[in-house]
Amino acid sequence: MFPAIKVAELNCIRMDILNLEGTEDTPKIILDKKNGIMEISGRSLPEDSTEFYKPVLDWIESYAKDPNPTTTFVFKLEYFNTASAKLILDVLYALEDIRGIKVEWYFHDEDEDTEEAGQEFSELVEIPFEFKTY
Amino acid sequence: MNFIYELHRTMMSQNLVLVYQGQFTQETTKSILTLAERNLEGAEEDPAIKRKVFNVMVESLQNIVKHNDDVAEGMHRHQAIFLVGREPDRYTIMSGNPLHKRKKGALQATLDRVNVLDKEGLKDLYRDIIQDTTISEKGGAGLGFVDMARKSGEKLHYGFAEMSKDISFFWLKVNVSRDQSS
Repeated sequence: MFPAIKVAELNCIRMDILNLEGTEDTPKIILDKKNGIMEISGRSLPEDSTEFYKPVLDWIESYAKDPNPTTTFVFKLEYFNTASAKLILDVLYALEDIRGIKVEWYFHDEDEDTEEAGQEFSELVEIPFEFKTY
Repeated sequence: MNFIYELHRTMMSQNLVLVYQGQFTQETTKSILTLAERNLEGAEEDPAIKRKVFNVMVESLQNIVKHNDDVAEGMHRHQAIFLVGREPDRYTIMSGNPLHKRKKGALQATLDRVNVLDKEGLKDLYRDIIQDTTISEKGGAGLGFVDMARKSGEKLHYGFAEMSKDISFFWLKVNVSRDQSS
């Protein structure tokens, strides 16, 4: 049936690449299964964090069904508001059951607040975190 | 005396570097943040302090966007106000907005709950809320004041001024020390 093909195509696109340019209040996002690049970077203070992160959560949900052998998810956030913090935790929950998952949490040298935030997230999920400065 | 000069003098004597009164939206929030960032960069502020000030500003501004109750009174519209002060030893992020009195009790309880906690207590409360919370219809996570207190490292100063039978003016003042060692 024609509509079934459409749905399959849509899933294919969704599984492929999610690429969002960063703005002054939303982060840059690249989720690319083929090249194994998954990164959220910049600042995150959108007006509606639930809506903004929905495509990310949807992408991860599809990816989790057939993930790469290993997955490194990179967070390189300069600022994020509290509503984004909640959604970042939701992203981590969604990643939790993927085999071979690892998070790389970047923070500016001497940015103790972002470093601490990463440590606190790492205590809330069963995912190995690697901390890096940039 | 000319009120412009008066206002200018008041701003100088209160060490205010940014004053905005009017409508608050995500768009104005972004503009205010851009202005404040330029100001902080111009002052060659330490990046860690800059980030803290920026964080407190974001939470404060988004609180106004979400919870401000604009009140019309005759010809006037009582809108919210946002101020940033810089003194040699600290930044002060201040806001004020009209608020329906029925919301006062819950707001006061939230702030008092935050203000009795020390650093570890705030960390625990943040962790409890973030695990439990769902984003409200207004887009808040219920973490704003806890986060402000953590970034500030001091108590949140606040109060309510009487505006009318139903409306209070809620003001909030958050200090961020410019001394990194504190």
